[in-house]
Amino acid sequence: MLLSAQDVNKSFSTSEGDVVVLNDASLSLDRGQTLALTGESGSGKSTFLHLIAGLDRPSSGKISLNGQDLSQAKDRDLARMRREEIGLIFQQFNLIPSLTLAQNLAFQARLAGKQDEAWLDHLADTLGLSDLLGRYPEQLSGGQQQRVAIGRALAAKPGLILADEPTGNLDEENAQRVMELLLALVADSGAALLLVTHSTDLAKRLSRRLHLSHGRLAA
Amino acid sequence: MTSAALSALLGHWRKHPGQALALILGLAMATALWSGVQAINSEARASYDRAANVMGQNQIARLASHDGQPIALADFVTLRRAGYLVSPVIEGRIGNGPSAFRVVGIDPLTAPLEALPTPITDGRIAFGDLATSDGLLLMSPETATRVTTEGLPQIREIDEIANGIAITDIATAAELLGQENPSYLLVRSDQPQGLPPITDQSLLRYLEPELTSDISRLTDSFHLNLTAFGLLAFVVGLFIVHATIGLAFEQRRATFRTLRAIGLPLNRLVALLAGEMILVALLAGGMGIIIGYLIAAALLPSVAGSLRGLYGAQVSGELAFDPVWALSAMAIALLGAGFASAQALNRVRLMPILAPAQPRAWAMASARAQTIQTGLALVLFGLSAGLAIFGSSLITGFACLAALLIGAALALPVVGGAVLSGLGHLARSAMAQWALADTRQQLPGLSLALMALLLALAANIGVSTMVGSFRATFTGWLDQRLAAELYVNARNETEAALVLGFLEDHADAVLPYASADTRLGGLPAEIYGYSNNDIYRDNWPFLDALPNAWESVESGEAVLINEQLARRQGFSLGDELRLSAGWSLPISGIYSDYGNPSGQAIIGLDSFKARYPDVPILRFAVRVEGDSATALAAALSEATGLPPENAINQVEVKQLSLRIFEQTFLVTGALNVLTLGVAGFAMLTSMLTLTSMRLMQLAPVWALGQTRATLAWFELARIIGLAFFTFVLALPTGLGLAWILLSIVNVEAFGWKLPMLVFPMEWLRLLGLAVLAALISAAWPALRLSRTPPNSLLKLFTNER
Repeated sequence: MLLSAQDVNKSFSTSEGDVVVLNDASLSLDRGQTLALTGESGSGKSTFLHLIAGLDRPSSGKISLNGQDLSQAKDRDLARMRREEIGLIFQQFNLIPSLTLAQNLAFQARLAGKQDEAWLDHLADTLGLSDLLGRYPEQLSGGQQQRVAIGRALAAKPGLILADEPTGNLDEENAQRVMELLLALVADSGAALLLVTHSTDLAKRLSRRLHLSHGRLAA
Repeated sequence: MTSAALSALLGHWRKHPGQALALILGLAMATALWSGVQAINSEARASYDRAANVMGQNQIARLASHDGQPIALADFVTLRRAGYLVSPVIEGRIGNGPSAFRVVGIDPLTAPLEALPTPITDGRIAFGDLATSDGLLLMSPETATRVTTEGLPQIREIDEIANGIAITDIATAAELLGQENPSYLLVRSDQPQGLPPITDQSLLRYLEPELTSDISRLTDSFHLNLTAFGLLAFVVGLFIVHATIGLAFEQRRATFRTLRAIGLPLNRLVALLAGEMILVALLAGGMGIIIGYLIAAALLPSVAGSLRGLYGAQVSGELAFDPVWALSAMAIALLGAGFASAQALNRVRLMPILAPAQPRAWAMASARAQTIQTGLALVLFGLSAGLAIFGSSLITGFACLAALLIGAALALPVVGGAVLSGLGHLARSAMAQWALADTRQQLPGLSLALMALLLALAANIGVSTMVGSFRATFTGWLDQRLAAELYVNARNETEAALVLGFLEDHADAVLPYASADTRLGGLPAEIYGYSNNDIYRDNWPFLDALPNAWESVESGEAVLINEQLARRQGFSLGDELRLSAGWSLPISGIYSDYGNPSGQAIIGLDSFKARYPDVPILRFAVRVEGDSATALAAALSEATGLPPENAINQVEVKQLSLRIFEQTFLVTGALNVLTLGVAGFAMLTSMLTLTSMRLMQLAPVWALGQTRATLAWFELARIIGLAFFTFVLALPTGLGLAWILLSIVNVEAFGWKLPMLVFPMEWLRLLGLAVLAALISAAWPALRLSRTPPNSLLKLFTNER
């Protein structure tokens, strides 16, 4: 099993007391599988994704990636796992503004020490970015930036792609194109995809779907 | 609406108290350093004005004896009977040590108007009061508190009287000093027509008023130096203010847009923001006045010591509070705030109502702005070079210096960007490439703080190079110039004969010398008569000399002149120097004469005796073996009755000279350290204000697989790297500054040029300070970053930001 989350709980302390965001959430995902996580705004989708990405720690429960327990791992190990085994795609793109498109595309692969020029060329080609490689993020449209973010997430050939509302900032036409490219490239790389979205149409394009409501998961 | 808008605008400062503190402290420090220096200058100038009220400042021509002794009453009477308007003065010292003061007794009825102190000329004190049988002493309050001598007449405290001086009626002075004859006669400038020149009628020595070298003129360069440093510190402080205001305005763009959108007129928005700046300026100005006063009060004793040592100017060591100064400090705070916020206010004025609310890629300079900045820097470098080559005044010297400093500051972000871009191409790892590219993007946001650091470092390098060069040259020069072991000064000819007789039996060599005041090239100068000896031939430091310079001087065929005279008059070797009417000699040598503001010439002692037969030979340079100078001085005093202070050991002279030297640069050093401190503060405020914005750039890199600790170390390394780069740029700038100070400003201000020496250990010390300042400024933001909860970073990836 590539990813396993068991009885994951997450709560935040506020001035008005503890707020429970995730309540005994469990899921599993294997290579080649695609899973859509849907839910209303504030239902805890992004929080769950962040816990799986090792960006935050659960209050209780266990999350394992390739058999390694993320909830017990040190900061340094979490960072290594994010570098080498996870590809992250954000709604806000989060490209690095000071690097060119080519540098952004290769950034994570180079951090992980897994730079494969042929694979990067293939990604740039498939994503329609080959002519834009010398540009900076601020010179690109939203759709183009999100395509770069997809390429960056896949560049190190991670086992797991985590996408948080990847089309949330795009118009319909661009959203369609980005999703097609994302699904095609995930299939191409053999990685698993966990996609957070509130769009049921988008979720239908993935092989499995889970719904999160008030912190609880349901099929 | 206005109060609601004001509340919305001021809310920013409640949310960002650190930024508010940086703004107020930055402006307060800028105001404090500038106004502190102004307070020192104004106190010194007030002292000069007081001094100018006393005849001791040689503002009026006078007749005196050649040997410095009182003149015969008969000489005075003869001149008066012949119709000349001369007025007697009896002058002398009372008391010892710190309580000593100089009594100047004048004859109010005959003294020239300009010789009378202001309280008499403006009627506050009647002539009669001064001449009462009980006597009356006019002195400054500071002098009055120091006086311990008993049996003095009544003392009246007058602010306008210079420190250390008491003015009284001539009869009172005669009684106090036990001296009947006048010390000298004042010569009125409006002598009756038809009389022959007074110099033809009197054998007394005629001393012209020294209009060209009065104290305030001499000290002008010193005060200009202080003002330049005050201005530099002010500019460095304004960098902080400008950066903070710019950031606060950027962060409030959304607020501005909203206020405009809901109907606040543009003019009112601008007026509210200007009002906000005025409030800040008033608050910071008030703080600046207090800090400035404290700085001035702390530095004034050192300044007073420097001015006393360098020019003999008596400056009060106590600072009086002057409301005019406080008002001008407040004005400079308002002006500084206006200057620093003008650009930001103008940007608000021109901002379209629907301008995007996102901060721009924080002040990411456009290519056009970079081009303009580069062009301006090149123009300023050209201007600096032009002024260095063609300028010929103190003002052009300082303008040359300012152009170099501002040019270097403007060039810093441009050169930094180019260097980072070049390194980025060479970088192998992804993190190194990111760090360099990210730093390049951050450069505009940090450049103001880095410019401030560059200016402070360059000033420190420049001044330390100048002072170090000066110290090394001066020490070596003193060693050569003071080659004799003992310098003896007899009080009169009888004593001189006794001294000479004793020394001829007990010393290896006795070299008599004498001097007289004269005018050379139209300016007051001194002429010395030296006897020739191997000691001068072997040790005397020449800047330039013909072969056998001393031999030709001894034979009366040539003259030696000091560098000051050579530079002022454009003399070079072989030129004829007119020593008096019908007496000219060719110049055979030019020597350095540090610390002497006047021109000087040396002729052979025999020629001197022939030309100045009335000047007695009272001074002797004495050579003795080894370290027996002290014993010889003691024996000399015992044998001849010469006061011990009239036989000065060479070692004591050197120590005194070096003490005066160190004192002179104490203030400059203190201002340098303060400027560096302000620059460090500029870096700290920039780093603190940029921290929150940095998270947006760092969070993606963290998410892609770096720990917060790694990123914190990168942040530290980045700032240290920038400080190092700034130092590398500051080094040639500082050396250029030192060259300008040594070769242009010094020559114009003092009349001497110094060789430039370099002090790499001092550079290392400054590099260490720059790195330390960078570390201190980046440590807290880096620590905060390493401890930022993941939740705060995650917010940046969601719509919550």
